Amino acid sequence: MTPSVRFTQLPDLLAADADLRRRGRWVDVDCRVDIGAEPFHLAIRRGELAGLERGPRLMRTIAFSIRGTDEAWQRHWQKVPDPGWHDLFALAKRGAASMEGDLRPLLQNLQYFKDLLALPRRLPEES
Amino acid sequence: MAPALEPMIGRYLRTEIDGVPHRLYFEEAGQGIPLVCLHTAGADGRQYRHLMTDPEVTRRFRVLAFDLPWHGKSTPPDGWERGEYRLTTASYTAAIRAFCRAMELERPAVMGCSIGGRIVLNLAIAHAAEFRALIALEAADFQSPWYDTAWLHRPDVHGGEVCAALVSGLIAPQSPSASRHETLWMYMQGGPGVFKGDLYFYRVDGDLRAKVKTIDTKVCPLYLLTGEYDFSCTPDDTLRTAAQIAGVEVQIMKEVGHFPMAENPAKFREYIMPVLAKIS
Repeated sequence: MTPSVRFTQLPDLLAADADLRRRGRWVDVDCRVDIGAEPFHLAIRRGELAGLERGPRLMRTIAFSIRGTDEAWQRHWQKVPDPGWHDLFALAKRGAASMEGDLRPLLQNLQYFKDLLALPRRLPEES
Repeated sequence: MAPALEPMIGRYLRTEIDGVPHRLYFEEAGQGIPLVCLHTAGADGRQYRHLMTDPEVTRRFRVLAFDLPWHGKSTPPDGWERGEYRLTTASYTAAIRAFCRAMELERPAVMGCSIGGRIVLNLAIAHAAEFRALIALEAADFQSPWYDTAWLHRPDVHGGEVCAALVSGLIAPQSPSASRHETLWMYMQGGPGVFKGDLYFYRVDGDLRAKVKTIDTKVCPLYLLTGEYDFSCTPDDTLRTAAQIAGVEVQIMKEVGHFPMAENPAKFREYIMPVLAKIS
């Protein structure tokens, strides 16, 4: 399963995590997450995923984007990630991910977004 | 049934730091060689509580951990409200030496983590003869910044939550969940702007790259230990620093991050006990 296919499982993964949805109850934002070359548009309302659209969307307004290489997400989502691949900021520091745009809603809810983007770790590892 | 009391006791010390009256909170346990423990930026001495309840440690060491001014239960000095808190190499060094002097500690060993590790390097550079041994955890002469500290203190972002969320990534994934979240809780409890003020020392004022090569480990032994999951002070940062210091002992700790004594006390014990054995 490619990293972008794994990311399509995000709605089910979040739906199964009541605690993360509780912690995200103040989050209302539209943002973009790039898994390698594939953009995903996330519409988050009260911590729930109201929309997850795969592929480019022309002139879509977003607050911020988080981009990572395929390798970054693949290694980030290992059950026990290796040192330097285990955190969003570790990925950014090594140049494998970046955060751009209005970072305020991201920083205001940073643990929520870190945990949201780590959810695919719970999927079975690739054989 | 007898109350289940832990062995450490906490007290307040009245002392001056650079001529300014301070009231410092500290905890201690054990007897023997004084071992002064320095907490990380934005946290407090509770990070060392596991060391203080370890009889193997406390039968040989008098373990003391004080909260820096502005941290934990140490109050800021009178008039703090009129300025911005900024830790510097000079003020941090002065606080440690003032504590050791006021407590009448005879050539103590000092162990510090993160900013505490960095300042331990400065103690080795500038005051080695005052100490029996120096242990720097997660320490290097310099390390590259990985976020903008302006986010740590502003009215539209909860300081405690953003501090904890940022440093959460420095904890190893193998560390027990309870210890991980206890470590983060201390970050959530820091005063406004305190973590940011500590990082002024770390990022701006405390660059020791030109100085570590002057450390003489024959005057005072120096031990460097860094967790493999620490991407703030990376193993490479520590190894680069160690390569410049003759006689230093360096160890990279597996399955450990930036807060070894707090995030995984059992794992840290495996690494620190041999070092303590050498000191005692």
